[in-house]
Parts: sequence; C-alpha cells; structure tokens
Amino acid sequence: KQTTTRPNPMGILSRKATCNTHGQDSSYFLGWEEYEKNPYDEATNPAGIIQMGLAENQLSFDLIEQWLAANPDPASFKRDGGSVFRDLALFQDYHGLPAFKKALVEFMSEIRGNKVTFDQNKIVLTAGATSANETLMFCLAEPGEAILLPTPYYPGFDRDLKWRTGVEIVPIQCTSANGFQITETALEQAYLDAKTRNLKVKGVLVTNPSNPLGTTLTRPELNLLVNFISDKQIHLISDEIYAGTAFSSPGYVSIMEVLKDKKLEHTELADRVHVVYSLSKDLGLPGFRVGAIYSNDDRVVSAATKMSSFGLVSSQTQYLLAALLSDKKFTRNYIAESQRRLKQRQRSLRKGLEKAGISCLKSNAGLFCWVDMRHLLEANTFEAEMKLWKKIVYEVKLNISPGSSCHCVEPGWFRVCFANMSEETLELAVERLRMFVEENYNDVIPRSRSGHEMLKGLRKKNLTKWVFRLSYSSDREPEER
Amino acid sequence: MAIELEQQPKPAAVALSRIAVSETHGEDSPYFAGWKAYDENPYDELTNPSGVIQMGLAENQVSFDLLEDFLERHSEAATWGKGATAGFRDNALFQDYHGLKSFRGAMASFMEQIRGGRARFDPDRVVLTAGATAANELLTFILANPGDALLIPTPYYPGFDRDLRWRTGVQIVPIHCHSSNNFQITESALHAAYDDAVSRGLTVRGVLITNPSNPLGATVQRAALEQILDFAVAKNIHLVSDEIYSGSTFSSAEFVSIAEVLESRGSRHVDRERVHIVYSLSKDLGLPGFRVGTIYSYNDAVVTTARRMSSFTLISSQTQHLLACMLSDQEFTADYIKTNRERLRRRYDVIIAGLRRAGIECLRGNAGLFCWMNLGPLLKESTKEGELALWNLIVRDVRLNISPGSSCHCSEPGWFRVCFANMSEATLDVALNRLHRFVDEYRQRTGSS
Repeated sequence: KQTTTRPNPMGILSRKATCNTHGQDSSYFLGWEEYEKNPYDEATNPAGIIQMGLAENQLSFDLIEQWLAANPDPASFKRDGGSVFRDLALFQDYHGLPAFKKALVEFMSEIRGNKVTFDQNKIVLTAGATSANETLMFCLAEPGEAILLPTPYYPGFDRDLKWRTGVEIVPIQCTSANGFQITETALEQAYLDAKTRNLKVKGVLVTNPSNPLGTTLTRPELNLLVNFISDKQIHLISDEIYAGTAFSSPGYVSIMEVLKDKKLEHTELADRVHVVYSLSKDLGLPGFRVGAIYSNDDRVVSAATKMSSFGLVSSQTQYLLAALLSDKKFTRNYIAESQRRLKQRQRSLRKGLEKAGISCLKSNAGLFCWVDMRHLLEANTFEAEMKLWKKIVYEVKLNISPGSSCHCVEPGWFRVCFANMSEETLELAVERLRMFVEENYNDVIPRSRSGHEMLKGLRKKNLTKWVFRLSYSSDREPEER
Repeated sequence: MAIELEQQPKPAAVALSRIAVSETHGEDSPYFAGWKAYDENPYDELTNPSGVIQMGLAENQVSFDLLEDFLERHSEAATWGKGATAGFRDNALFQDYHGLKSFRGAMASFMEQIRGGRARFDPDRVVLTAGATAANELLTFILANPGDALLIPTPYYPGFDRDLRWRTGVQIVPIHCHSSNNFQITESALHAAYDDAVSRGLTVRGVLITNPSNPLGATVQRAALEQILDFAVAKNIHLVSDEIYSGSTFSSAEFVSIAEVLESRGSRHVDRERVHIVYSLSKDLGLPGFRVGTIYSYNDAVVTTARRMSSFTLISSQTQHLLACMLSDQEFTADYIKTNRERLRRRYDVIIAGLRRAGIECLRGNAGLFCWMNLGPLLKESTKEGELALWNLIVRDVRLNISPGSSCHCSEPGWFRVCFANMSEATLDVALNRLHRFVDEYRQRTGSS
C-alpha cells in the first residue's frame, strides 16, 4: 500500500489508454465471456455454449493441408534444394516480398473473375485488415474528422477506425425496408448529420460483401457511391475482405470493376478509391495476419507503406503464402470449392432457422446470416433485443451477435455465423433454437399445414401486431445500443 | 448525375491527412544518401568488390548457423508436426491478442536467461507486437497524449523520431550526453532536459532509454539506472527501457536490466508501475523479418491496454509457433546466448583493433552490433556541417555506408556508428583496410594528426 501522498502513476496514462473507444467493455463481449466459461465441445461438453459469433472460415482447411503435405518446402524455408531461412530472417523491407505481392494481386484478380487486374506496386502489406483500416484512417483523415459507414457494420470498426486516430464514424442508416441497401437519401442524410455535428466528412467506408449482412453490394449501390464521392470530393474505402466468399447470384462486383466499366480508371476520382483486403476470411488464416491496402493514389501508397513499419507481415508467412497463392491450380480449385461449401452450409443454417420459424435476410456471401428475430421480441426496442439475446446466450446456449452491437437501427436482427463449426454442431444449434421458440412462443412454428404457407401467414399476423405496437410505442421507448 | 471527369484536366488531388504528408517519417533526411549509394552500388565479394560496404545496418548475422542447425533438428517447429494437420488448423485460426501461451512463456524465460536469472519475468505481463518498432509506438500512444514529451538521451536511434512521434504527435526532448564522461546519462542532464521541456510548455510523460545503447554499443551503468529510476519517481513519470540489444552484450555480467534494479530494490508498487521494458528478437536472434517484439510492463492497466492495442500489430501465429519451439528449448537458448555473445565480442575486438591500427579511437563498448567511432580529430571544422562533409567523403570515396552522429542527434560532431555484425569477417577486413588507407591519405593531405 502506498505510504506517500504522491499521485499514483496509474493515473497518468494517456487519454487513449483510459477512454472506452476500444469498445471492449460493451455488453457484446459478455457473450464471449460466457462462451469462454462454458464452451461447447461435441465430446466433452455437449451442453456448452456454441460459438456462432465468430466469423471464421473453417470449411476448407483440408484443401490447404493437402497442399502443405504435397509442398513441404516453403514452410521449411527451402527452395530448390537450398535454404532461404537466412534471407527471410533478414527481410524486413516494408515494400514486401515481391513474389508474395505478385501472387496476392493475382489472387485478388482471380476472386473477381479476372474482370479487373491489380498492380503489385500499388499494394501495401499490413498485419491484417485491422491494421490496414486504421492505417488508411491515419492517411486520409485528421483527428476529429468523420467517415461515413452504412449500418449495420462490423463492431470492430469502432475501435479500428476511431481509437488511436481520433476519427469519428457517422452512420448511413440502412433499414430492412429495402433489405438494408444503401440509398441516396441515407447517404445525403448521413452527410448532413455530420455537418450538423460540425464534422468534416473525409470519406465513405463500405464493406463489400457486407459484414454483418452477408450480401454483396448491387451495381446501383456501387454507382450511387461513385456519384456520391464524386459530388462530395471525398474518399471511398471498400473493405473487400469477404470477396472470395460470394457463393451465389447475383455474384460479386468489386468497386474496381465499376470504375473500369465507367472508364474512370485513370481519373482523379479513382485515386480516391481504396480497397482493403485480407486472407483472414477467404483463406481462413486470421492468425497469420495478412492484410493489404490497395490504392491508385501514389501518395497514399507511399505514406501507408512507411506506416506499415508498425505492422509488417512476417517474412516467414509471406514466403509460405507466396508459394501457396502462386499455385494457380490450387487457387482455382480452392476458390470454387470453398464457395460451394459455404453455399451449402449457409443453406443448412437457413433451412434450420426456417424450421424454427425464423427467416434471414436473403444473402449470397459471407460467413454468417443476418437473422430476423423481430417477431420474437417482447417489444420493438433494443432493451427487448438485449433481453432476447441474453436468453439465447444463457438458455439456448448460442453465442450470436445482437444487431445493436453492429449499430443496426432496427431492433431484433442478429448475426449468426455458420462456417466456424462442424455440420453436426450447426444442426444441434438450430435444433436448440427451434426448441426454444417452440417452448416460448405460440404460433410461430408451423404445426400441421405446409411449413412455408403457415410461416407466411403467421409472420404477417405477427407483423401486423408489431406495426400496431410500433405506432403506439415508438415515441416512448428509448433506443438502446 | 453523369460523370464527365475524363474529359476535363485532372483536378487537384484531395488532400491527405497532415500525418500522411508530414516528414516526420524521417525518410527525406540527407542520411538516406548513404543508403542510396549502397543500393546503387552494393559491395559483393565476387561480383562487385569495389562497391559500397553496408556498415549502417544493425543486423546480427554472426549466429545464423545455430538457428539453422536447430531447425534441421526440429522440423516440427516450421511444419506444425509430421502429418499433424490439426496443428496447422488451430495455428492458422489463432488470432488471440494474448498471444500463444507457449510463446509468451518462452519469451519470458528467454529474457530471464539473458539476464542470467537475475530478474524474473511473468509471462502474463508479456504483450506481443510485430517488432520493437510497433512496441515503442504503442507504448507512446498509451503513456502520452499528443503534444506531450518523452525525454531521450542522445545520441539515440534515428528511427525513434518516426516511431515515437509520427502518428502519436508526441515530442522528443533530448537528454544531452557528452564524450567527457563516455556519454553516460547524468542527473544534471536529466534535470536540464526536464526543465527544457517545461520551459517549452511541454508535459513530460516519461524517459525512454536504450540499454544497451544504440548507437553507443555500451550498457547503461547500474548507478545511472538507479538515478534515472529515482528521477522518474520524483517527477512521477514513466520509464521505458528498450532492451533489444540485451542478448548482444559481450559478457552477461556487464548488462544490468532495469528489471534487476527493480527487484533488488524490492521496490514499492509506485516504483514498478511506471516501468516498461521493450524487447525484440530482431537483434539478439537476427530475425528482423519475423517481426517479433514485446512490451513487458509492471503496470496492469498498461498491460491490458497494450494487449488490446496490439490488435493492430499482432505477430503471425505461424511465427509464434516456430519461435515457441525454439525458445522453449532452454538448452539450445543457453548455448545460443553464450555463443552469440562470444562471436560478437570477437567481431568487436577485430574492428577495434583494425580501427586502432588506423589511428582511430572508439568509445569503449561492451554490447551491440556496432561501435561508436570518433573521427572528431579528422574534421575540418568541428561542426555538424564538417561532420557531414567528412561523411559524404567516406560514402563516396571510401565506399562505406556508416551512420553520422548527427543523424543520432549527437551533440558533439565527429562521431560515427559503424556496424560489424552484418557482414563476413573477410568483408569487415576489406572495410577496415579501406578506412585505414583513407585515414592515412586524408591525414597526409590535410596535415591533421
């Protein structure tokens, strides 16, 4: 115990250290904590909490493992009978391993159906997309300036984009009225909101495919965004880390493809479009910390490259992945097979949820579904959403992500991951949910009639009930985040 | 809203942030001329024997064989085990910012071994970052607000100007050290720096020392460490000790870590909470490409915050796995530490002897991958310009890329940092011969002693 009267140095940390912008004290992490205390295990803890809040791609490791078994040299620092250990150990050039950058941009191109090509001199390697997004903020905005993000968005952005940079996020409110698509009205409203808050808007950041929606941006939305940034003279960051997970129609359209189609490639506007990529989702390698910034603006590439010193990718990892991604036979097969498996798995979740009388936003990408549980809420409030979420975590024993943590403006939506567990575990999870709904709600799960018809009729009935409640109570219930 | 931009001349580009366009990254400094000269004409024993010899890169290349030998004998370190595919999967998924427990434990024990067991490190206080570059910046974000100041003894590693200041907005105020007492940090220098900062309206948040010192190549004496710690306590500020060269001390006994000072004081909480140690495997193990750094803090809030912040700069789990295997083998590490020290000492002896034959004196060093050479007597004028003129001559005519003291903010002109561990012994010989010839000719020409 202190005997002096001097102030405790613990009190003298920076504002950044003591503020809450890292977001880790939010109730969202409660689910995580509960899971850690009681994690599901098929053999040893079958009654434990099933983790459905982790957007990991665990479906295609076997393909990579097979490749590793057939190609042992790169992981062992070997090449053509010699060792590359020494050279790699010393390689800390922030320009990155040329062979890796080449393989990476070609992979990015392949994922986009080779409709666009990327220049390896315009790509900057970073320790994960987390680092890439933060670095772009440092490059494009001053502390106190703002970036517009469509809601719902990945909760991590609150930390990644704002914490150390001092940049603000102003939401572009999207709603279920049109499947949460971005509208011109919403964009303009967000811009106005920023202005009202005295914030200078520096850009728009979209995630395409979207987390948490699991949808790809439509061409009209992409065109809208191009027009918007042109009009406002601001940047557009397209976080495309889920690009390789688009598994069904309408298919994936990258912002770069749109620029190409509009013949905007070598214009000043194209200099304001930046893409973020990573191998954490498409390849399922989050532990390897491989992210990238792609920009047409030389100044951004230059500044970001220097900044990458604070988060370089291990040369050991660059070397291994250069070999993996240079193998076109592997990449071609991997991309197709991974998408096939994701499609099948998403279908399993969707069908399982249907049996529980629960529907999802129609999606064609990602590692999760955006699930509609509005009809299960006691009230159309975020308080009710939290209440339901806690029940799902503690009683149903599923850790899913509440829409409020993603800044969704409508209560009742949840993100549920499907690619980070076995098929059997997924089946168990939806069965648990089905039982929960059956035991706690009347008339939600179809009994005798054809399931689909019953569902439609019932949902309409419930919707009407809610519409009535909404108009009665919306002024009184506070929104909860 | 049609877009007709392609028909008009390209409008002025939208401005980037101040940070993006500032020069605090330091890469436009005149010192890069040395690097440029090397890049354009690099020495190669066979293909370019008259090229520029790189002596400005503090890399440790003397002990790779020991690492390569280990990898030969332990292939599972690099390959997740023979046919053990589960190993790969779990490793590839592992992105927990607490880091691989086995790796944290291995780092803690490695740090203990380096200090001859004179200090203990708790693996739960080890925070992992992608290199010491990231660790130092991260700590600065945590310990200081934009506009605040850190006190750093001169001469110091030029990279600090970028690492500690660029994105953080924090300022560096130098603690001036002089050759009169072998550039050791004195109490009066500490106070002078502090007062200097205050007079400039800056809030001092901490002192950052590098021990062993870069560029001096010498350990900080125990008495000085005690003084610095007392100073930090008195001013209620932080003390960051960058100990990335700790395993490169030529003799284990000569290195005293701030951790030892804390332990020997049986220090009070109020002493400990302000101390943070930075470490890395880039120098001692010669693995800068693998990006392995760490923050060790005695302050719980700093550990927690640093861990969360490390999300921006995690170490590849593939690399953590490799190094966990390597550093957990305490027989290997003990032998490595001992052998590495001996080889560095031998190299140091060679370069010192070679320079002495050329009539050049160096600061008495006992650590690091470089020596601190005094060419003061050769300067036409004892100024920064005089130093740079001599430096340009050495880069251009002698074709050695060495680091001028002014790039390290040394207050006395004429000192140069010369690396000796990033080349073969034969190359070092060539470099020394060239320098010898140059100095002889230069002295004859200028009539200097």
